[in-house]
Amino acid sequence: MNEVRESGAKTASQGIRRTGRVRDSHINLSHGSGGKAMRALIEDVFLGAFANPVLDPLEDQAMLPLAELARHGDRLAFTTDSYVVDPLFFPGGDIGTLAVSGTVNDLAVSGAKPLFLSCAMVLEEGLAVETLRRVVASMRSVAGEAGVSIVTGDTKVVEKGAADKLFINTCGIGVVRPDVCMSARNARPGDVVIASGVLGDHGTAILIARNQLALEAEVASDCQPLHGLVAAMLAASQNIHCLRDATRGGAATVLNEFAKSSEVSIRIRERDVPIREQVKGACEILGLDPLFLANEGKLIAVVAEADAAHVLAAMRAHPAGAEAAIIGEVTAHPAGIVTMRTAFGGERVVDMLVGEQLPRIC
Amino acid sequence: MKYVDEFRDPEKAQALASDIRRLVGCIPRARRRPLQIMEVCGGHTHSIFRYGIQQMLPEEVEFVHGPGCPVCVLPMGRVDDCVALAERPEVIFTTFGDAMRVPGSRKSLLKAKADGADVRMVYSPLDALMLARKHPEREVIFFGLGFETTMPSTAMTLIQARAQGVRNFSLFCNHITIIPTIKAMLDSPELKLDGFLGPGHVSMVIGTRPYAFIARHYRKPITIAGFEPLDVLQSMWMVLKQLAEGRCEVENQYGRIVAEKGNPKALAAIQEVFELREFFEWRGLGSIDHSGIRVRAGYADFDAERKFQVPNIRIADPKSCQCGEVLKGVIKPRQCKVFGTACTPETPLGSLMVSTEGACAAYYNYGRLDAARGAPA
Repeated sequence: MNEVRESGAKTASQGIRRTGRVRDSHINLSHGSGGKAMRALIEDVFLGAFANPVLDPLEDQAMLPLAELARHGDRLAFTTDSYVVDPLFFPGGDIGTLAVSGTVNDLAVSGAKPLFLSCAMVLEEGLAVETLRRVVASMRSVAGEAGVSIVTGDTKVVEKGAADKLFINTCGIGVVRPDVCMSARNARPGDVVIASGVLGDHGTAILIARNQLALEAEVASDCQPLHGLVAAMLAASQNIHCLRDATRGGAATVLNEFAKSSEVSIRIRERDVPIREQVKGACEILGLDPLFLANEGKLIAVVAEADAAHVLAAMRAHPAGAEAAIIGEVTAHPAGIVTMRTAFGGERVVDMLVGEQLPRIC
Repeated sequence: MKYVDEFRDPEKAQALASDIRRLVGCIPRARRRPLQIMEVCGGHTHSIFRYGIQQMLPEEVEFVHGPGCPVCVLPMGRVDDCVALAERPEVIFTTFGDAMRVPGSRKSLLKAKADGADVRMVYSPLDALMLARKHPEREVIFFGLGFETTMPSTAMTLIQARAQGVRNFSLFCNHITIIPTIKAMLDSPELKLDGFLGPGHVSMVIGTRPYAFIARHYRKPITIAGFEPLDVLQSMWMVLKQLAEGRCEVENQYGRIVAEKGNPKALAAIQEVFELREFFEWRGLGSIDHSGIRVRAGYADFDAERKFQVPNIRIADPKSCQCGEVLKGVIKPRQCKVFGTACTPETPLGSLMVSTEGACAAYYNYGRLDAARGAPA
């Protein structure tokens, strides 16, 4: 980022008292300049929403008590993700819900208990303050639901055109129990593959919300934190071998990562893969494959066969996994390849996506 | 999904597949060499791979993946022309999505976009016209591409643009027509085709009559086919039945969409706006007489080739590429010298590797199952 057009400062800075009010209706460069306007923005918009004992002292860094972390397990899980979704608001969520649940989920699928998040924002000059408030309120709400505290942050304002409205980066810290050890390399022949619910909702909702398609379908993003679902699964079984949330690149990408890392083959059955009729319909029209569409609240698990029924039942008993289904199995050969038995009775390779999924023309 | 699931019924598919096996036994030629049936249209190629249809057929029947993917037969020079137009500062260059990755000699449209050209993906030429009305200070060019399937919508857009008096909209016309191409392929001495699955969407526009010469002069059976997997299987069954009974006719499996006389309104729009070029360069197939389409003089104001200096670049296909032989079914994609090595979906040399309807991309994406199991190509 160019130094000249960038201005900003730490949210947690020099013991600011929470008294400021934002008087402007739109963000301007002074909101990132370190002066009064920025102080007012931080106090009014961010501190008001995120208040918690770690953030409140407003130091340049958050102090996390090691003893409390150690109570939850023996390893830290640490992750970061940036959120640049367009449009900012879409059916089922907004960039704020994504920024919290996405990072919470990256922690959760390691088996970690998510605890702390950071929040760095890049604001484009001219953004409505009201828009920012809505996004921050969403972040607060999902953070509350996920039981995480937003403990440090940063705000930058860039000139109009230097960013698209609003970008968010969140980092997350969680703690993993000693007995939990999941990895994409742990799939074994005989294991069972489970999807936590219907696939492709988020990708479809965003495509429709971009309003380029003149398509009408009621599909909402599945954006949701998955920490509770993962906790329920871990309580049900010690033999969950692989776990990942199927975000960009969709379920197909996760399955390929498992197959390649574990040097096994994964065979799924199209008939058993849960996909909403509306999503199927949109994909038919656009020539897209729902297996490659993004999800923001779904995970794919590889579980030892003996525990599969038990894990599935635990997932279905949780609201985030009510539509969970067994979609396939792990076999030894051909290693590194994912195949699908089509509903029609044929079989095909499900590969990694090359480039963006572009609609076919005819 | 209603009207879709009915055409993907696995039990009906098994019944058809076993009937196909029985039929093949009645065709003496099939004992000497595999029967080669060409699916002309890229949409069929896509269905065949997506549903694993080839594996349901006996070894004596092979699909030959034809030239009917408009993105795949686009020569490099035309992509260079597109890039040159797109790089003009006043231009918003609009295109269907899957044309964006086709490699030119310098770069693809996707790369041109990354380099700063204003290239936008649209889903219909009408979207491009709307952009032109929204940005009167810019020149909006639509990259018209495809066979008779997409021609009517492009034609209607130009008719609307003229009626609305839009001055800043034009078409870079790369439409092509299927019949002269099929004829050129049938005249090719290397070809050993036994029959055709005819293109369903093209036929929805042009009807079934224009194919009569295939049966009459070239003595090959052809069945106009739909795109659902059962459509493809049933059409294959119909072609084989003709072969078994020694008939050569134009049959229509896709009767729910395709009328014998086609769509007169669509044909009228095409007639109003377009005329044949004397020849057009195809990727892999070379120049084919009367296979290209251009804008008529009456719509010259909307013709990007007349409005702008189009460099009209001609670039020979890369020497190592065997796209032409693949398109004619002379070799299988996997037999191409650069398949999967120098030419992959990530770094396509030939355009057959670009589109999901391209035979090479389909082989690469879906066909590796056979390769992994050690089955023949």
